[in-house]
Amino acid sequence: MHESGSSAAGSEPILSARNLVKHFPIRSTGLIRRQVGTVHAVCDVSFDLGHGETLGLVGESGCGKSTTARLVLNLIEATSGEVLYEGTDLTALSPKKMRELRQDLQIVFQDPYASLDPRMPVNEIVAEPLRIHGRYDRGGRTAVQDLLRTVGLKPEHGNRFPHEFSGGQRQRIGVARALALRPKVLVLDEPVSALDVSIQAGVLNLLDELQAELGLSYLFVSHDLSVVRHIADRIAVMYLGRIVETGTASELFEGPAHPYTQALISAIPLPDPRKQRARERITVVGDVPSPADPPSGCRFRTRCPKFAAELSDAERSRCVDEVPELVDRGQGHPAACHYAERKTLI
Amino acid sequence: MTEDPLAVSTTPTASRNGAATDVVLAVDDLTVGFPSDDGLVQAVRGVSYELRGGEVLGIVGESGSGKSVTSLAVMGLLPGNAQVSGSVRFRGKELLGARESELNSVRGRSVAMIFQDPMTSLNPVYSIGYQIAEAVRAHHNVSKAAALDRATELLELVRIPNPRQRLENYPHEMSGGMRQRVVIAIAMANNPDVIIADEPTTALDVTVQAQIMDSLQLAQQETGAAMVLITHDLGVIAGQADRVMVMYAGKLVEVGTAEDVFYTPRMPYTVGLLGSLPRLDRPSERLTPIEGAPPSVVNMPPGCPFTPRCPLAVAVCEEIEPELAPTTGPGHLAACHRSEELVGASAGDVFDTDVVDTEALAHFVRENEGQS
Amino acid sequence: MREVAPTPETTPVPAPAAGQASVEREFTVAERSQAQLVLRRFLQHRAAMISLVVLIMVVLLAYVGGLLWHYQAGDITPDNSQPPSLDHPFGTDAVGKDQFAEVLRGTRISLQVAVSVAVFATVVGTIWGSLAGFFGGRTDSLLMRLADLILTLPLIAVAAMLAHNFGGTWYLIAVVIAVLYAPYVSRVSRGVVLSLREKEYIEAARALGATNTRIIVRHLVPNALGSILVNLTILVALAILLETALSYLGFGVQTPDTSLGLLVSQAQTALTTRPWLFYFPGLFIIVIALTINFIGDGLRDALDPQQRKVRQ
Repeated sequence: MHESGSSAAGSEPILSARNLVKHFPIRSTGLIRRQVGTVHAVCDVSFDLGHGETLGLVGESGCGKSTTARLVLNLIEATSGEVLYEGTDLTALSPKKMRELRQDLQIVFQDPYASLDPRMPVNEIVAEPLRIHGRYDRGGRTAVQDLLRTVGLKPEHGNRFPHEFSGGQRQRIGVARALALRPKVLVLDEPVSALDVSIQAGVLNLLDELQAELGLSYLFVSHDLSVVRHIADRIAVMYLGRIVETGTASELFEGPAHPYTQALISAIPLPDPRKQRARERITVVGDVPSPADPPSGCRFRTRCPKFAAELSDAERSRCVDEVPELVDRGQGHPAACHYAERKTLI
Repeated sequence: MTEDPLAVSTTPTASRNGAATDVVLAVDDLTVGFPSDDGLVQAVRGVSYELRGGEVLGIVGESGSGKSVTSLAVMGLLPGNAQVSGSVRFRGKELLGARESELNSVRGRSVAMIFQDPMTSLNPVYSIGYQIAEAVRAHHNVSKAAALDRATELLELVRIPNPRQRLENYPHEMSGGMRQRVVIAIAMANNPDVIIADEPTTALDVTVQAQIMDSLQLAQQETGAAMVLITHDLGVIAGQADRVMVMYAGKLVEVGTAEDVFYTPRMPYTVGLLGSLPRLDRPSERLTPIEGAPPSVVNMPPGCPFTPRCPLAVAVCEEIEPELAPTTGPGHLAACHRSEELVGASAGDVFDTDVVDTEALAHFVRENEGQS
Repeated sequence: MREVAPTPETTPVPAPAAGQASVEREFTVAERSQAQLVLRRFLQHRAAMISLVVLIMVVLLAYVGGLLWHYQAGDITPDNSQPPSLDHPFGTDAVGKDQFAEVLRGTRISLQVAVSVAVFATVVGTIWGSLAGFFGGRTDSLLMRLADLILTLPLIAVAAMLAHNFGGTWYLIAVVIAVLYAPYVSRVSRGVVLSLREKEYIEAARALGATNTRIIVRHLVPNALGSILVNLTILVALAILLETALSYLGFGVQTPDTSLGLLVSQAQTALTTRPWLFYFPGLFIIVIALTINFIGDGLRDALDPQQRKVRQ
C-alpha cells in the first residue's frame, strides 16, 4: 500500500479504498448467455481520503473513475478489495446496515437532467432523503427550505418541477439533496461537466464553500484537469482502470512524472493566447485500448510517447512484461512508470 | 455608431500564415427565428461579420447562444421552418435564398463543414475510402483510382496510420477520434476556401481532442482555407483563433483579436466568462461565476439580454440594447453601455464570488444539531 | 466592485443578493407543471380531441341513449325486416327486433369487454413485466420465457377454444382475452422498467438508502404510468376487435347476451337482403376502434419527452 506523498490526510483517513477490483462479464446474447470475456474496469485501486480533504480522481472516459466512485459507495459490488469508512468495511455490510450508513456517504451525479425524478416537485426531491431515513417529521420542512436557500434557490420555487430549472439550478438541487442528511463524505461524479462554464464556476464555488462550512470530504471525479486542479487537494490520475500517478495538486501539475499525466496536461488548451501558443506539447497517438483486452505490463505503453521515441528495446521489454508499481522513484510523489521523469509543462 | 459596425475593422489583421486579406465570406445582419409554442425563438439576431482568406475566426458562446445556428444558416442547412433574413455572401455571391443546386456547388467544395458528431456527416453503409473518393469526384473529373490515391494521401495528412488499409473500413469500425479525422480529410478533399468547424472536438477525450485540433490546424494550413471555429472552449479559441467573436443570446457582444478579447475584454459577459474558468496554469483562486442562466430567447424583454446577470447593469441597460462599438482599437468592438468602465478591472472586481447563503446554511446546521 | 462604481447620471439596478440571482427573469416562459404541459399538448392534438368527443358521444349514446329509447333490446316489435326509418333508425331484423336498441346494447357489452380486458391485462401484465425488468437475471428469464410461450400461441385459435369451453357470458370472454394479452403488456412494461432502471435518479434514490419497494412505488411506477396508460388505450381498441372476431366466429358472446361482433355475425346471411343489419354494428366497431387509436396516439405524443424541446 502506498502512502500518498501528502500530509493533507494527517490523521486517520475517513475513507479508504484498498485494492479495489471490478470486472464486468461480457456475455454472449441468446438463451444461455455464456460469459465470453471480461471488462477490466477497475484494477487494484487504492487511495485514502482524509477528513475535510478533496481527492480528485481524474482520467478520460473508460478509465474506470466513475466505476470507482460507485464502488466506493457500494452502489455496485466490488469483485475484490475493500472500502473502509471510519474503519468499517462497506463491502461486507448487510444491505440494511449499508442503507443506514448511506446517511454519511452521499453522491452528486453528472447529469442534472437525468438524476432528478422528472415527476417529483423540487421540495419532494430534497425531502426524499429525510423521508427515507425517517427524519422528515422532525423539522423536515424547514430543513428543505434552508437547503434550497443555501444552494441559492428560492423556497417558493420548491413546488416547481425539475424541467423548469436551468442546468446549473438543477445541479444545485442535486447538491441540496445530497446535503440533506448532513453526510461526511460527498462523492462528486463529474458534477460540473454537463454545465456551461459560467454556470460551472457557481457550482464549484458552492462546493468550495460548503466544504469549508461543513467540513465535508470530497471524492471529486472528473475528466477536466483544470477543474480538478482548482478544487482538489490531492489528485489521482487513472488510465485504463489503474491509478498511474498521485500527488498533491501542485506536485502533479508542476512536475508530472508519468508520461500519461504529462500528455493529459499538455492536451488541455490554456485560455491564454500567448501562453498557449508558446507551450511545449507532449502528444499521444491513437485511442484508449479496450478495457476488455488491456495491454500487458504497462497499460499506457501502446500510446506512450516515451515508449515510442526514447526507450531502447531492452528498456521497452520491461514496459511490456512488468506492471509498473505506483511508487515514488525519486520524483517526490508516486507514479506508475518504470521510467518516470519530472517535466515542467506549464 | 457608424452605419456598419464592421466597416471600421478593415485594418488588416495579421493572419498567422500571412495569406491575402480579401474577404471570402461576408455575413450581414443575419437573423434566424424558429416558431414555437411559446412564440418566436430568436436564435440569431442580426449577426454581421467578415471572414478573410486564411484567417481563423473563433466564435465562442454557451449553449443556446446561437453560435451553431449562425453557421448552419450560412451553409443553408437549417430546417424548413426556420425564418432567415439578412445576407450571406461567399466571394460576393449571395447564398441566402440561392437555389439548392447553386448551394451544392459551393457546399462541400468551397465551403466545407465539420460537425461535432462525425456520424452526422459519414454514411454508415459506405466504406470511408469510397466516401472520401466520392467527395473528390463530386467536384473533380478524375478516375476512381486517382480519387482513391487522393483519399490515401488525405488520410495520411490527418495522421491516420496505415491509410491504404483504412480505406476499406466502415465508419462504425473506427473510434470517434478516427472518424472525426476522416471528416476532416473529406473537408480537405476539394481544397475549400472556408472550413466551418462546429464544436469539432467536444464529444472527444482530451488527448484525442488535442490530436484533432492538430489535424484541423494542419488541414487549414495545407489548404490555405479560412476557418470559422465554433466552440464553447475558450482554451481552444486561445490556441487557434486570430480573431474572436463572443456570442450571447443570439448576438455578437464582443469582437476582436484573440489578444484583445483575452487580455482586455470590454464586455462584462466576456470578463465573467474568463473569470469563471478554472485554470490549469495557476493554483486555485476564487472563480467568478456569472449568476443566473442565459436568457431564453423567446419573448425577450427589451434592453441588453445580459442585464439580469450583469453586476454593472444600470437603468439604461434594461431599455436600450447596446450596439457593437469600437473600444481599445478599431477592430475591437463590444456591445456594452459601460464598457469604458471595464478598463483595468479584473473579473473579481466586477463579479461577486459568494454563492452560499450562509445564514440559511447556519440555520440548517443548527436545526439539524438540535435534532440529533 | 472597486473600480467600477456606477456613474452619477445612471442609477444602478438593485443588485441581486448573493446566491439568489434574479431567478424571476430566467423564467421568461410561463410556469407550467408537467401535467399542464401534457394536457396542453393533448388538447392541441386535433385528431385525438375530435376522437375523444366522438367516443364520449358514443358512450353516452350507448348507456344513456339506451335508457331513453322507446324500444328495449330484445323487444320484439310488429315490424319485421324494416329498412331504417324514423321509428327504427337502424331498421329491424327478421323477427322484428329494433336494431338501434340492439346496437346500443351490443356497444355496451363490447365496451365492457374491452375495458375489462384492458384493465385486467394491464394490471397483470404490468406487475409481470415490472418484476422481470426490475429484478432481472433468473426471474427475468423465467417470466419472459413464459410470456414468449403464450405469445407464440395462435391467438384466435386459442381464444376460440377457451371461449368455446368456458365462454358465453361477456366477462368470461373478457378474462380469456385478457390472459392472452397480458404477456404482450408484460413485454412492453418490462421494456419501460428496464430503461427506467438505468436512469440516474433511480441510482440516486438507491444512493440515498431507499428500499426497493420505495423505489418502485415512488419512482418507477409514476414514471412508467404514461407509457402504461397509452398502452391501455390501445389495448381497448385491440380487445374490441378481438371480441368482434371471436363473436363473429361464434366462439364469443352467446345469445341471449349480444355484442357488436355477434350482431355482425348474425347479419352475415342477410347481407344482400337486409344490409342495414350488417352496416350499423360494423360502423360502430370501426368508429370505436378508430377513435380509441387516435386518443392513444394523442396521449403518446403528449407524453413524449422528446417534444419538450423548446429551445434550439
